Parts: sequence; structure tokens; C-alpha cells
Amino acid sequence: MFGPIFSKPLSSKNNKTGSWRMGKRPKFLQTNCIACRMCILICPEGCIEGEDKNTYHCDYDYCKGCGNCVEICPRQDIVMIEDK
Amino acid sequence: MREDILFASGHTACAGCGQAIAARLVIESAGPNTIIANNTGCLEVFSTKYPESSWGVPWIHSLFENAAAVASGIESALQYLGKKNIQVIAQAGDGGTADIGLQALSGMWERGHNILSICYDNEAYMNTGIQRSSLTPLDSETTTTPVGEKSFGNPTLKKPVAEIALAHGIPYVATASVGFPQDLQKKIKKALSIRGPKYIQIHVPCPLGWRHEPNLTYRIARLAVETGLYPLIEYENGVLSSARKISVVAVEEYLKLQARFKHLLNNEEEIKKIQEIANNNIKRYSLS
Repeated sequence: MFGPIFSKPLSSKNNKTGSWRMGKRPKFLQTNCIACRMCILICPEGCIEGEDKNTYHCDYDYCKGCGNCVEICPRQDIVMIEDK
Repeated sequence: MREDILFASGHTACAGCGQAIAARLVIESAGPNTIIANNTGCLEVFSTKYPESSWGVPWIHSLFENAAAVASGIESALQYLGKKNIQVIAQAGDGGTADIGLQALSGMWERGHNILSICYDNEAYMNTGIQRSSLTPLDSETTTTPVGEKSFGNPTLKKPVAEIALAHGIPYVATASVGFPQDLQKKIKKALSIRGPKYIQIHVPCPLGWRHEPNLTYRIARLAVETGLYPLIEYENGVLSSARKISVVAVEEYLKLQARFKHLLNNEEEIKKIQEIANNNIKRYSLS
């Protein structure tokens, strides 16, 4: 009962935190993207991926809709939209 | 999804959590050959909600105060086993670093362990309900420094933990911010290339405790640096080796976005005191 407790690596993926979103989600327009990767760096969930220009997108299963990717994008290529 | 993930989605940090951004940047910069010891705190709680874990590297939590001691043991064991290519990180929030864990941390620095200690500085005990810590800034409202007729919030200045670290004679001390993610990554990589104890303090906005909109985490972190309130500095072998130049923004721009400072907005006298702190930093580190 008092022994160490272990968890499997990366098992938090079981929590689909996308359900936390409060009515808004980011939309990756994929038109003016320069592949600077800043959105990947700033995402608290680590749920954005992409390689070349205009390929960036996020995993809505985990995105909590905080909108920092919108704030950091130097080309205004990410916008917040109504979440349906 | 990417296969190189070391800090997985699905953790239970609040939307817009600055600490979650920093924690991921740290472990992605450090790479997979890393062992982490973590003090109690928000990061420990939200990244390891039992029975799940967000970590893709060996990670251990023991108590609030002892990550530095646990990390010291891990580092010594690795040395005994002759495993030279494994890095050890001891990490904590501001409470776990500057208050509760300072003794173990001081011991780790003083004994000269080859460990990187990281402080995620969100300027109060956010996990337990926003109580002040010794890294809470002047005039910040917390649940233990409420604002009233005779109180403007926290009456004390931030404890100079970076200077305490420097006083131990350790080879690398730096401050970083999630507002400057590439700078943060560079500093983590640089620190890990140096043998001996290292200390990096990262400014991480907390939407819950600082009471700002979740999407402003990045902007607020940048403003803290641009006002001069959180200078990004680097000390190598006790000598100031870099200080990020800033465009100098008035402190009100930083304060007005956060409800923890909202009682200051018509109080010129108190704002002057905070501007003074920024001015002193700008002068001391030649930031402008």
C-alpha cells in the first residue's frame, strides 16, 4: 500500500481534453503559413503538428482552445472560430 | 502524431497554462536521455494524474521539498554505474524552489552534482489555491495577501533565487520565459552541455492565479520581459554573459492585463514603485 506507484509513459493520451473547450477553437487557415513552427512551440497541449508551409494543424481531441497559437502566429494564419 | 513525443497531450493543466508550455519545451530540448525528479506542485499534479502520466522519460516524484535530493541520488548512482550520457533534471515550481525545496536545492548546488535544476516561476502556490510564495512580486493579490484598505497585496519583493544560486559558485545560472520559447530552448541545451550544477528560472504565466484570459499567456510573458520586470539574463562561471535587450514598455501595459494587479490601476504611487523595480533591472543589466 505504501510502495511506489508507477504509470505507463505517455498514458495521459487517454484523456481527451478537447472536451474542455469553451465554445471556440483555432482554425489553421493554411494560406500564409511560413512554417516558422512558433505555434508548435507555444501550444500548452503539444497537440499541433506540421512540417512544410501550410501543413500545420492541431489535434482537436486534445486542444483546450486557449488561443495562444493565434496570438503567436506572425502571419495571422490561425484564427479562433465557433466550436461546433 | 509525432513519434518523438516526450511530454504527451491529455495532461490536466488549465487552458493556456504557461508551465505546461515550459515543461514541454524543457524536455524536448533535453531529449530522451533524461531522468527527471519533480517536486510537488502544479506540474507534478497535472502531468501525472494517476494512473496516467504525460512523461515519455523516467520521471519521479517523492515529496514537496526533495526533488533536488532525489536527483542528487540518481546522479550519484549514474556516476557509480559509469553511465555518462544520461542527464538529470530536478524541477519544481516557485514554491518548491524558493521556499520549501531551497534547502535540498542548496545542498545539491553546494555538493556540485551534475544536475540541471529548473524553477517554473508562476509567482505563487497555484495548485493549492494561489497563496503567496517568496517569488510572488510586489503588490500582487493572492489569497494570503488580499487587497484591502491598508493592503496593496503582497508587501515583499521577489526573492533573488538566481543570485542565491550564483552565490554557490555554480557554473551556469539563467532566467528564461515562455514568451521567448527559442531563447528558452537554447538555454536548456547550453546548460546541459555544461558539467556541474545549473539553475534556470522560467517565467510562466498562470491564467488561473494571475487572472488573465488563457490566450494572453504568451503576450503577458513577453510583456514581463519587455517592461524590464523579468530580465532574461545568463551567468556563466559567475560572470554576466548575456542580457536580452528590450524595447522598454511601461509596466502598466503588463499590469493591466492581469486581475491580480487590478487594484493598482488608479494608484500612481504603487505603480511608481513597480516601475522603479523595472528601471533598476534595466540599469543593472543594461537592458535598453
